This record gives sequence, C-alpha cells and structure tokens, in this order.
Amino acid sequence: MPKIKIDGKEYEVEAGQNLLHTCLSLGLDLPYFCWHPEMGSVGACRQCAVTQYANEEDERGRLVMGCMTPVTDGGIYSIGDQSAQDFRSAVIEDLMTNHPHDCPVCEEGGECHLQDMTEMSGHTVRYYEGSKRTHVNQDLGPFINHEMNRCITCYRCVRYYREYAGGTDLAALGRNYQVYFGRQQDGALESEFAGNLVEVCPTGVFTDKTFSGHYARKWDLQTAPSVCNHCAVGCNTTPGERYGALRRVVNRYHGDINGYFLCDRGRFGYEYVNSELRLKRVLGAAEKDLLATTATKDTKVFPEISPQKGVQKLAELLSPDSARQVIGIGSPRATLENNFALRQFVGDENFYLGVSPRAASLMEGCKSLHASPDTRSPTIPDIEAADAVFILGEDVSNTAPRVALALRQSVRNAVLDKARKLKIPTWQDAAVRQLDDGERSPLFIAATEPTRLADVVSGLLVAAPQDLARFGFAVAHTIDPSAPAVTGLSQPQQRAAVQVAEWLMSARNPLLVTGSGCQSEDIIEASRNITRALAKHRAAPVNTCIVQPEANSLGLSLLQPETPTAHQQHLMQVAQLVEENQEAGLGTCLVILENDLFTRIDPHIAERLIRGAKTVVVLDVLLTGTTQRADLIFPASAVVESQGTFVSNEGRAQHFYPVYEGSDYIQESWRWLADAALYFCQHNTEFPPHIEAMANWEHTADVDAALQNAVPGLAGISEIPPDRNFRISGLKVARQTHRYSGRTAMYANLCVAEKKQPVDDDSPLSYSMEGAHSEAPPALASSSWAPGWNSNQSINKFQDEVGGHLRGGESGLRLTLEEAGSDSGWKTEIPNAFAADPEQLLIVPRYCVFGSDELSNEAPGVRELSARAKLLVSSLDADRLDIRNHDRVGLQIRDQDLELDAELCADLPAGMVCLPMGIPGLPHIDLDISAYAGLRLVQRAATAPVSRNPSPDIAPETGGQQ
Amino acid sequence: MARTIEKAVTVEPEIIAREKVPGPYANYLTAQEKAEIDHEIPRYETKRAVGIDALKIVQKYRGWISDDTLKAVAEYLSLSVAELEGVATFYTLIFREPVGRQVIYYCDSVSCWIMGGEQVRAKLEEHLGIKPGETTADGEYTLIPIQCLGDCDKAPVMMVGEQMHRHLSCEKIREIFAGENA
Repeated sequence: MPKIKIDGKEYEVEAGQNLLHTCLSLGLDLPYFCWHPEMGSVGACRQCAVTQYANEEDERGRLVMGCMTPVTDGGIYSIGDQSAQDFRSAVIEDLMTNHPHDCPVCEEGGECHLQDMTEMSGHTVRYYEGSKRTHVNQDLGPFINHEMNRCITCYRCVRYYREYAGGTDLAALGRNYQVYFGRQQDGALESEFAGNLVEVCPTGVFTDKTFSGHYARKWDLQTAPSVCNHCAVGCNTTPGERYGALRRVVNRYHGDINGYFLCDRGRFGYEYVNSELRLKRVLGAAEKDLLATTATKDTKVFPEISPQKGVQKLAELLSPDSARQVIGIGSPRATLENNFALRQFVGDENFYLGVSPRAASLMEGCKSLHASPDTRSPTIPDIEAADAVFILGEDVSNTAPRVALALRQSVRNAVLDKARKLKIPTWQDAAVRQLDDGERSPLFIAATEPTRLADVVSGLLVAAPQDLARFGFAVAHTIDPSAPAVTGLSQPQQRAAVQVAEWLMSARNPLLVTGSGCQSEDIIEASRNITRALAKHRAAPVNTCIVQPEANSLGLSLLQPETPTAHQQHLMQVAQLVEENQEAGLGTCLVILENDLFTRIDPHIAERLIRGAKTVVVLDVLLTGTTQRADLIFPASAVVESQGTFVSNEGRAQHFYPVYEGSDYIQESWRWLADAALYFCQHNTEFPPHIEAMANWEHTADVDAALQNAVPGLAGISEIPPDRNFRISGLKVARQTHRYSGRTAMYANLCVAEKKQPVDDDSPLSYSMEGAHSEAPPALASSSWAPGWNSNQSINKFQDEVGGHLRGGESGLRLTLEEAGSDSGWKTEIPNAFAADPEQLLIVPRYCVFGSDELSNEAPGVRELSARAKLLVSSLDADRLDIRNHDRVGLQIRDQDLELDAELCADLPAGMVCLPMGIPGLPHIDLDISAYAGLRLVQRAATAPVSRNPSPDIAPETGGQQ
Repeated sequence: MARTIEKAVTVEPEIIAREKVPGPYANYLTAQEKAEIDHEIPRYETKRAVGIDALKIVQKYRGWISDDTLKAVAEYLSLSVAELEGVATFYTLIFREPVGRQVIYYCDSVSCWIMGGEQVRAKLEEHLGIKPGETTADGEYTLIPIQCLGDCDKAPVMMVGEQMHRHLSCEKIREIFAGENA
C-alpha cells in the first residue's frame, strides 16, 4: 500500500485511487463539485486543487487537481498550502459571480453542497457587483423544480442523467456563459431516476417539487431510518416529518442496496401517507336508511366508534363459536410482524396469503428458486459487477427500478476491463467514456416488451410468456445437454439461445434476472433449469435476481403455514370456503390485513366473497374498495409510522422505525390484534396459549421473538434491530437534529404550554433532539451530518471508504432459505409455443413504475404520470385493425370493456397485447380467469399537423429556444 | 425506443431489429434533404456525429431550424431531441430563430476588440437600428457576434453573407452600407 504525506502527516492508503477519493476516505476536508463517488473524475470544476511537492526539498510545489491525480507511493501533498487555498477560493469566487444571493429562499439552503464548499474554501465575502446572467426555467413535471440561475455549470446533472441513468431528454444547451441544463422544451423528465438530480445537483437548480408544497428546512425535519415499500428491492430511505405530516423522502445510503440513488416511485410516492383517504379512527359500519340520497340499500355509513369498543368487537371473534369460522387474509405489502400477528390471531389453519392463486404459486416458485442450492442472491453491487446478464421475463425498469439502474452499469464492465488493460484508472471517467466505442458486456433481454433497457442490450427477444419460457429452457439445454430440449424453436431463437448460453458460460460473474412479472410459472421453471445447468457448469451457485412485486412478497411466502391440507392459501380458496360455509349454514368472519381484494382477484368474485362473509374486519392505511365494504375498520400505520420488518427480493430482512407517531388512533396492525387478544384474556377465564402469548406482546421485539420461534426460515430476525434498550453513552438516538427549531412554540396556536414529546418505548430512538446524533450505527442512523458538511455528501464521513460500506456494518440480515424437500431434478414440463389468434389476443401484464403500485398511486404526482400508461399493441395487429399510435382502443375481456390509449410496438409479435396493471381508473383484470381479449379502434388520436415542405421564404413559425 | 446498437450485436436481426414504428415526423424532411443527410452518414463513425451536418443541410433549404425541423432531424438520425438541441444551440451558424436575408457576423474576439471592434459594433447597431441577435424590421439583416473569422491581421473584421470585410472602421461601415443601399 502506498505511503503518502499530506500536510506533513503520513498515511498508508489504497493504491490506484485518486487523491480526492483518498483525502475524503481519510476524513480530510477537500472541496469538490464535479466529482461524485459513483461517477468518477472529469477534472472540470478545478475545486479540489492541492499542492503536490516533487520531494522533501521542494518548498514551492505545484497545483494539481485532487480528483485527477493518482496517489503514488512517497507522494507529498498539501491541502492547507496557501497557494492551493487561494486557488480554490478564487474558483468559488468565479462561480459565485453568477450565483444568486437567494439562500434564504432557496430550498437547498441548509443542505447545500455549494454552501458547504464555499465556507470550506474560505470565500466568505463577495466583491463582484456586476449583473448576473439569468435564465428562464422550465416545467419539468410533477416532481422536480428548475431554477437555472443557481447553476454553477459543474455538469454533474447531465453526467448522471445521461451517462449513468441512461436518460435522453436532459442536455447541456447553449455555450459559454449561457450554458443551460434542461429539456428541449417544457415537460416532465422522462427518466424514472430523475429524482436523484435533487441530490446529485450540488446546489439548488433541481429541487424536490413535492417537498416545495410543504417545505421545511432539513434541520427542522424529524427523521428515522426507513425502508421503501413501493417495490421489493428494499432501498433504504430517510423520510422527514414536521407538524405530523410526511414532508419528503431522501436516499439513505446502503452500500449493498441503493447506494446513492433511489427511483422516483420510491422518492415521490410517499404522499399517499398524507392522503385524504387515510384512515385515522376506528369505524363501525351501520346500515341506515338514507333519505333523499342516491345511496343504494347496501350502502353503509361508517360512524366512528371508540377504540375500546372496536377492540371489544374484534375480541369477540376469539370466543369459540361453532357457528362461524374466522379467516385471516394477509398481505404482501404488510410487515412480517403484522402478517404474523394475524396468523397467530386466527390460527395457522385459518391464515391465507391474500393473493390470487397464480400469485401464490409464483410466490412459492420464487421462494423455492431462492432456496435452491444452485442460486445465490446478488446485492446491487453484485449486479453492477455482472459481466453477462440474461433477463428472462421481467421488466425490471418497472418492477424493480433500482435493479435496472444497476444493470445499466453492468454493461459497462467490458469498457472498464478494457480501461484496466490499458492501465487507465476506472475513476478517470472522461477517459474511460472516450474508450467506449459501443462495446458492452452482454445483456440479453427476453421479455414481453422491449423495456427501457433496450438501448443497452446486446440482444432482445420479445415474445409471449410461454415462448420466453421455451427460450429459457433452450438456454438451459444448451448449457447442459442433459436438461430437457425444446423442439420447434425457430432458427434465430435457437441461435440466440446458443449465444446466450455461451455468454453465461464464459462470464466470470454471470447473472440471471427473473421473476413473477409475466405471471408465468413456466418462466420460473425455466429459470430453475438455467441455474441448475449453469451452477453445474461453474461448480458454484449462480447469481440470480428474483424479482417479486411487493415490499414483503418474499417475507409473506415465508409465513405461509406448513399445513398439509392447504398447500397454497390463496383468495380463491377463501372464496370457495365462504360459499361452502354459507351452504352449511356457517358464518365466515374475515379479518383482512392491509389488502384490497379488488386489486387481487376478479372484482366480481371479490364482491361475492365479501358479501358472503358474515363479518368483515379490515385493518388498513387507506380507504380502499375493500375497506368500504367492511363492518369494522381499524386505522393501520403506514411504513413511516411503523416499526417492522420487510424481506426484500435479495432475501434481506430489513427493520425500519417510525419517523413519527401516526395521528389519532393510528397504530401498527399487530397492536390492534394484540389489543384484542389482551381484551379477550382479561374478560375470559379460558383462553388458548397462543392468544395469551399475544396478549403479552408489548414491543415489536416481542413479536419478532415469537416470529422467529414460529417460523424456522426467519431465524435471527429478532437480532437484526439493535435492542430497544440500546444506548450510546446512556442516550437514545435522536430523531431530531441538534438544531431542530421551534419545539417549544410550534404548537402554540393550539396550546401555549410546550407539548410533551411522545415517548418511544419500542426502539432505541427518541422523538426528540436530545440524544446521540452522528454516532449512531447504520441501522439507526437516518440522517448524516458532520461539521462543515450539511448536505447529503456528509455520508463520506460515515463510510469505510468513499462510496464503500458504512462503518459499523450495513444493516439488514440476509436470510438463508432452506429448500423444502430434496432436489427435484430438471423441470421437464415445457409449455407449448404461443399460437396467435387474430380474434382473441393474449393479454400479458405490463407494469408501470408510475401506476402499478397501489399505495404510491395516491401520491398526486405519481397519479398524474400514471395516466401515461398505454396498451402495448403489436404493429402487425394494429395494421390489421387499422389502429395507429396513440389511438383510443377498446379491449373486450369477457364481460368487461376497457378503454385506453394504444402504443404501437414493432417488436411485439402478433396476437398479444401488454395491458398496464393496477392503473387508477382501470378495473382490475384477473388474468387467471381470462387472459384473452378482442381489440377494436374507439377513437382516432388527434394527429399533430406537421408541415412537410420547407418554407420558401423566411418561415413565420414560432421557434426559438429558451 | 431508439435502438443504437452498433456493435456487439451477435444475435440474428430477426429477433432484435424489427422495423421501427414510423414516428410523427416520418414525412417531414424532403427527399432531397434526406438524400443529402444519407450521403453524410457513412462518413462518420456514429449517427450522432452527423447531427451538425444534417442541421446545416436542412437549414440550407429552410433558412433556419424550427422546433419541428429539429425534431424531424432528431427522429431521422435516431437522436434525442435534447441532444440535438445541445448541438444546435452550441454552434453560431445554426439558427434557432428566423434570420434576415443576410447575416452579419462581426467578430467580438480579442484581436478585433483591440483594434476597435467595439466601435464597429456600436456603429453597426446604430446604422441598422438593431442589437446583436436581432433582425432588421425589413427582414434584410441579422446581426450576430462571432468568435474569430480567422483574419486577425486585418482586424477588425466582419462577414456579411459570404462576403468578408476587413480593416473596418466607422467610416468603412458607412461606405459598405451606402453601397448596398445605392
């Protein structure tokens, strides 16, 4: 390891790094702008200048840019040298000539990298008195504000947006003093990773528009470590609260998961928490004759009842009654704790997964693939390191966006390898990009549509799910001829299968990405064969990213009780049970946990199921179709108000903490159930032991302890969170910053006496500014701050090296799943090839990053963008039916008729359409029941008039740029 | 979706490259314009690099680059509109607003500045009644500053249309335009 000297002090440092990276990793303060740990060095801003000395005798030295200078053994440098300091200060002074003096009204203020660096460089007085260049700003959509006057032209935004995230609609426009970072014209930024601009921009050009609507300074936000619940990747987040409302979500660094970046669904989907649909009180339905209304006979009204009364009613379900059966319906969006509490409340045999039969079977398939000895679950850095990727049947850009961002980096490995061979350091970003002549590490996508990764693929197969599975089986057979062969594959597909197999076999780090996105078990089976074949070939497990749709899909499947009678406890079984009970004169009582059945199964069946039940109890966050039909409703905490655990796609169990207490009677669902258990035990003399145990649950830790005893796959989860009695020097970890303002006065409009802070008995965090701040271990640290570092870049101070792991260990526990039963050998059931029927098109599910997630759809910005969801139609079918791009089309599915806009796709084979799922305003289509539809043109899209001929004279068109 | 796989494609084209759905600007450019752009494409490594030439070709016929023209060229070259706008707004010789029949480029670079370029610019503004970047009301002249016309030893200089004018002075400006007006 090279030994270097900085300002007279000796350090032993990592070889091959640049000086800026090294200085920051050593904890030294050196200002920078254009450099970013994920994006490397370009040496553009000249801010990280240091003095380098030739030898011990050299007293003068010369200025070098830290980010562009490799550390060399024996190197002598100075950060504090006067000439370097003067230079850095002068660079800032120059940047500042055009930067407005608007910090007091700028939303970046207080967490601004430019403010921090300006202070650090010592340029504290402004001498420039001239005018400043100004720009017209753009409307960049519902998520991001644009204030170009604040720009310091560091180019980080376009480097991130175009080169890192693959966006195309943001560019550097103009030149000289008039460089403008924006779109060609106003409009929402297209990339689903645009929100990271808010954190990537070192100043206030790009800020969070949703936050603007209810802004508070960073130091005035109460925060806690949380986990995103809008997909199953499990990105770590820091939500911020003030005045009892959730204000924003920012990235919380996790070296094995999200790193520095989130997707926009995760960042901006939070507003559902503040939605008007939030349930806050206990409601008991009453049927009343409503005079002079349009209400039908069945319309229920929901008067509020006291929580005690509600709990009493819930507890009644525990008393033994042979005339009824109590059924619990769990949910993949609820925590392990809540699902487990329900399972314990109703008894293992009465607990159902709350998903469709297909979804249940896919969950089982994914779990079993996870548990297979042939697979290993990759972290996000593992995905980035893959040098050959095969995506089978999953549109990760929409179902697990952060994985897609990592895959986009993986294709660069070919270029990075080339750079290493040429001895170009990989952090030399401009040089490495110069090398890029289009060569990429192989990424082959076999999916039902081209997907947003299509611009970096080495090969693409767009086909119906059964054909994708067949292709997968063919790849497995090519890798290992003892795997079953596929007959009747087309020549090109056969050749592609050979190519994919070769890529995977010759790669150092091959990666398979698969999942339940196509709702096809065949694809999971094919993935099984591929991993088996490849693991045998490599004599090592294969990195396999198995994508499931919801935050706790994998966790829920682990909770599935192992009862011999009910292998798959899905909703159709509940529906059947309700009917059987009805016929037998038995009543069925449903306890539905955080689940809207109308989005899970055919709405008619869901309706029958609910109508057939004697009593329906719902615990949920929002008023949903299901809640509206309940007899008893309990308000459940949203993730930001709960403590709990999710199991991510990676198989990592992650614990999160409440940022604030939910208002009114909101509490975690398990507490309502435990309250009922307690009530029951207090008012009865005889009670079963599992209910007695539940009655004693007081803290989340108690549930976790019971959970790990009951579920073998979850061993160790109660050790994930630091014990609730954990203290640092006798102190809890503070949720509020040390300079949190207004605590004594913020509620003075209600009462002049200072409101007592809530007490958190459940975790080692406090609802207060008193307590430990920066010393917290990563699992408890929500917000990073270090003296002089107020922006998110302060995370440098908490990593073992810049961009590496957090000191104190990354949070979460990677579960080791055990495969049930013995190795089942090759999967041999190869599906038949898809046969197109011009009358009945196959409906394939299509997921939308904005629109296919139930909760985030209640965030206004997400809802706005969800309206973009279109039906993907093959050009071949479109020609036949005279449908053009963006036409309004009708889709006839049995008795249901949907209308939506069409998007034509030339890659799509004839005979299938891709239908966006979960979109607000469109009814849920249960593809288990019918996956075929007729398609027709409803209305021709208005076509924009486009002049075809050059104007003979000076055109009067209104042109011009901003 | 633009597919710009120029290398490392080893899979049969039947699978990966079906024809694209025609975009909204498919019929915007004339056959002549397309032919001239097509002529340039093989001369560059990537289509991206053809952007400047394509804009120049289209501008030759249309006088300037309107938003629609920009989008049509971007679509034709499978480039993002934002990226092509970056090119169009970087180069002084690409016009994103209508210009007069003759464009006056006066040099505002250092040699001309030393030799009295500022007085020349003031005289031009006074004579034409417009500021840099503007077009005269009769649509005859547009005044645009340019950084160096490569004639520094004869500074200050300007170019009117294709015609160079050297050793400029206020007197000379008067003469040039007097001749034009005559």
